[in-house]
Amino acid sequence: MPLLEKYDKKVEAATLPQKTKDQLRKFLAEKEISDSQFKQILDKVYAEYKSTRIEACEAVGVIAAQSVGEPGTQMTMRTFHYAGVAEINVTLGLPRLIEIMDARKEPSTPTMTVFLESEYGNDRDKAREVSWQIEAAPLHEFGDITTDMENMHVVVHVNTKVCDKRKISVMDIMEGAPKKIRDRRHYRDFEHEIDEAKATLTFSPKDKESYQNLFQLAEHVRNVIVQGIDDILRVVVRKESGEYILYTEGSNLKDVFDVVGVDTSRTRTNNISEIANVLGIEAARNAIIHEAVSTLNEQGIAVDVRHLMLVSDMMCMEGEVKQIGRHGIAGEKESVLSRAAFEVTVNHLLDAAVANEVDELSGVTENVIVGQPIQLGTGDVKLIAVRQKDN
Amino acid sequence: MSTKLNVLDHAMVPDHKIMSEEEVSELLTLYNITTEQLPKIYNDDPAVKTIGAEVDDVIKVIRASHTAGRAEAFRLVIKRPKK
Repeated sequence: MPLLEKYDKKVEAATLPQKTKDQLRKFLAEKEISDSQFKQILDKVYAEYKSTRIEACEAVGVIAAQSVGEPGTQMTMRTFHYAGVAEINVTLGLPRLIEIMDARKEPSTPTMTVFLESEYGNDRDKAREVSWQIEAAPLHEFGDITTDMENMHVVVHVNTKVCDKRKISVMDIMEGAPKKIRDRRHYRDFEHEIDEAKATLTFSPKDKESYQNLFQLAEHVRNVIVQGIDDILRVVVRKESGEYILYTEGSNLKDVFDVVGVDTSRTRTNNISEIANVLGIEAARNAIIHEAVSTLNEQGIAVDVRHLMLVSDMMCMEGEVKQIGRHGIAGEKESVLSRAAFEVTVNHLLDAAVANEVDELSGVTENVIVGQPIQLGTGDVKLIAVRQKDN
Repeated sequence: MSTKLNVLDHAMVPDHKIMSEEEVSELLTLYNITTEQLPKIYNDDPAVKTIGAEVDDVIKVIRASHTAGRAEAFRLVIKRPKK
């Protein structure tokens, strides 16, 4: 039975969070209630909601720090730093948590979860095709490479069968490889010749005097990436809840989004700074929360999401992802004493003295240092007694 | 090749909306703050570019909150400082 319209409107009008409203609707839909009962329920819910809100002047930051820090101490003791998710190693546990909070530019094990559009995601062969577009494949996987020491050549015989299987034309490889060696590997001291009929590609170094050059060239030819995205070293296709999903080792969100068949609304990476660049700061905020929660949950530790939301909010306040710590949030506090109390005390005091800085003593740490009441809890409330006039 | 990526379609990106001047002044009086006190967002942020906001605009972000179900946040668009 749907909820009566008059109640529905009243629920919608109440100043309650969306989630609470939805729960209330769900609860009321199954009941038959009178108007006065409804009013009582709504009052009760509202009172309960008010009592669960954080009080004014509460030190939420310290509570969040403690709530993340304490489980952190437990993680060190029982953690395997790596765990194979679909044969791909991912940093987990405390090292990963530190990585997230430090806002590293590049995680130690970047990985992506690539979702596919339904047309590709339901078909194993098509999913495999997409994976070939993503996985970096060096030239030596596409044919035989021989080093001809007599004539000072490196000869590549491109295997057309492999090319057909991998859906890339022979010409693409033969034209792409020399270009990529020059552009991506920054090695330019060679000439190349393409023989389309025989599907062979011949490289020769400019300086034919030294064998060293030849071997150097051979090394570049072997390892030049001719198909896929350079940063993505490996792709694993797995079936999960009815669709094929690609897991990658290495991450490049921008280029993967350009691959045909990739679902650009769900594909994600564990590289938070990349998310900030490609999808924006709000997405980075969500990613920090998601990564932190899943790292902690994976260890069987339940930290209330509100603490992590606060941490994430602080990190993303200024429009870019900032680390917790002396190069980020803690290092940019207004107060000299507060910064000096955290890390590298002498440097901060010295710099502040040179710059003629003034401490307004408006924060907590500064006031603890100088021995004044702090502005938290009851310390933040100024009461002024208004004397009642005699009647 | 795929068409130009719309970041707002991504599951991780919440809705961004440019606020009108009236809405902004309403917001500022409600909390008794100045725009400078709002969290910031850079003008070259992909989401900002998609909705076409300019420096000094205020953006309303409608997040799918873990706790409240739906939460609104506000950010002031600023120029990315030069390194």
